[in-house]
Amino acid sequence: MSATHLSDNQRARSAIFKRLREIPVSPLPAPDVQAYFRAQPTVLVQSSANRIERFITQAKSWRTEIIEATPGTWQEYVAEVVQKKSLQRLLAGRGTSFSEGLNRALGNKLSWYDEDLSEIKPILFSETDAGITTVRSGVAETGSLIVWPTHNEPRSLSLVPPVHIAILYASDIVETLFEAVSTQNWASGMPTNALLISGPSRTSDIQRTLAYGAHGPKELVLILIRDDVANTQARA
Amino acid sequence: MSVTEHIVRPEDFKLRSRESVADPKLRGNFRGAMDFLIDKRAAQFPDNATFTLLRKVGETTRKHALSRLPDLLDQLEINLQRLGVNVHYAENSADANRIFLEIAKKHHADMMIKGKSMVSEEIELNQAMATEGIECIESDMGEYILQIDGDRPSHIIMPAIHKTKQDIAKLFSEKIPGATYTEDVDELISMGRSVLRDKFRDARIGVSGVNFMIAETGTIALVENEGNGRMCTTIPDVHIAITGIEKVVEKLEHVVPLYALLTRSATGQAVSTYFNLITGPRRVGEKDGPREMHLILLDNGRTQAYREEKFRATLQCIRCGACMNHCPVYTRVGGHSYGTAYPGPIGSIISPHLLGLSGTRDLPTASSLCGACGEVCPVGIPIPEILMRLREAARNNSDGADQALRGQASARKMLEALTWKAWRILYSNSFLYRPFVFIATRLRWLTPTNQAGWTTSRTPLRPAPRAMRELLAQRNKQREKN
Repeated sequence: MSATHLSDNQRARSAIFKRLREIPVSPLPAPDVQAYFRAQPTVLVQSSANRIERFITQAKSWRTEIIEATPGTWQEYVAEVVQKKSLQRLLAGRGTSFSEGLNRALGNKLSWYDEDLSEIKPILFSETDAGITTVRSGVAETGSLIVWPTHNEPRSLSLVPPVHIAILYASDIVETLFEAVSTQNWASGMPTNALLISGPSRTSDIQRTLAYGAHGPKELVLILIRDDVANTQARA
Repeated sequence: MSVTEHIVRPEDFKLRSRESVADPKLRGNFRGAMDFLIDKRAAQFPDNATFTLLRKVGETTRKHALSRLPDLLDQLEINLQRLGVNVHYAENSADANRIFLEIAKKHHADMMIKGKSMVSEEIELNQAMATEGIECIESDMGEYILQIDGDRPSHIIMPAIHKTKQDIAKLFSEKIPGATYTEDVDELISMGRSVLRDKFRDARIGVSGVNFMIAETGTIALVENEGNGRMCTTIPDVHIAITGIEKVVEKLEHVVPLYALLTRSATGQAVSTYFNLITGPRRVGEKDGPREMHLILLDNGRTQAYREEKFRATLQCIRCGACMNHCPVYTRVGGHSYGTAYPGPIGSIISPHLLGLSGTRDLPTASSLCGACGEVCPVGIPIPEILMRLREAARNNSDGADQALRGQASARKMLEALTWKAWRILYSNSFLYRPFVFIATRLRWLTPTNQAGWTTSRTPLRPAPRAMRELLAQRNKQREKN
């Protein structure tokens, strides 16, 4: 930046801080966010099966399509979705716990997000039918997906293609966003981008009429792997 | 792109609201939209106790942050710089627009793609860039519709609420090349989507607003449904975020209850489609995201509101729009009447600080003081009280204990001030009051029917035939007789 800019910025900064600091303001108490959330009725419900059911109901209310699978069968379900929606070109990230399974299930329909955005842009914007990503956690209270993009699974993978296929272990479902933020201690190391996703992209800007697929994905499909105890036992 | 400007000035509030009230189509659009939003919000807060509990957390959070504002801004700046974000301070619109222009020039950009940002409306970024040959393209569907029509937002959450789908169908068929007339909303949205996709892909610079800033992590939070905010902050090589200095909170966990309050109060959703937490530009090894990130922190009169304790609560606002949805005046006069970036009750209490009281002095009077705005406010801003304080400030000189506001006493009229002074003397002195009442009741037939400002929209005032005191005295006399 130019020298004039620096001085302009310093002028503005010190003028603003002067106006703010010039007057005495006594510090007010911080909110007790933890106490608030601990007292919420939803948090008091301890049963995990119940939590997963609530997650499913809420997620569906945002038009997330949910496909329940098991740790052994999820690849088949992904292949089935791809078949049913006649998706031709899919994009996913290498190096996740699902990469190998996806490769086996989808074969040559699957490409990897290996290049920089600038190189992959034409493919991402015009030739990709669906992006596949992992999900860090689910939020039962609101049916939301917590997605932390990485260098393997970049931010645009869950954003640009018209369909987003997300994969989540049921055991990773938490009660509230607050639970995730606090127990996973997010504040100690935030990623470049952390996302809470609830359903496909939508808008009500034209006469309050709800329409999906505004700028992000038109469809959100969640493969929910039921690795929670009750279910694995039932199937075993 | 059209840069036709509607002439909107807060000075014309009364004239414009008179016109709006006489426009049945506009009133129908607003009534329908406000009822819709009121019902959706009510469904999210089925009982008042739950709302009150959450609101207390929200209010405490915002008050706590404001009480430490300069310290939090310091902390935020240090954390942002550590992450490689360029932090800019702007005292006013001119500062902010100059910063945008410098960044655009540095990157040889003649176009920027924008997510929704009310602060960019406040500084009139699009108009300022257009004069420099730089095109700002709005990507929020509502804002995009308004931009191609040369129109302006009339609501902070649903900007194109004053338009019907027929209006938009006609607009798209005229302005979007190759588009045919359709009233099918899905098709209309998909037209907008395909035009804007190309812009997201090609833009060098993406612009966004900010819902919350977190001092301890250097994070900015964006709340949206469409995904255009994610596009603007992910695809272009440069991301410029702009917001007011008041939007900072201390801790990441503080944002969680505020987010719950925001989406529920704004559109009646338990969550938005996307809650987007951005912590710095692209890091080493990452394949997408902006390589350069800027944050512009705007004052533009906010420090004036901050310095007076009685106005400070104005800055608690999280811009949900619930106050306007519930305001009987806003619903009838519509958002454009206000002539400011922020309409409705919150606009009436923030605009006097941003623009000065002289131009905005009518806005605090645009309220019946029914109290609905204060009741629904998710962060407990006492909007009705602040409206009254601004009315006082517009008509009276500062009493010396407070600093004068910009435009203080600008609505003061000599005749009115003298009238009140005379009234006070008359009504606080019984030797003057008694003969005055006697004469006024006897000469009531002389009361003029035209009583200046009062009778423009009210029936004339006329003293009663006899004063209460006289009537009581009469009755007592009667009783003694009997």
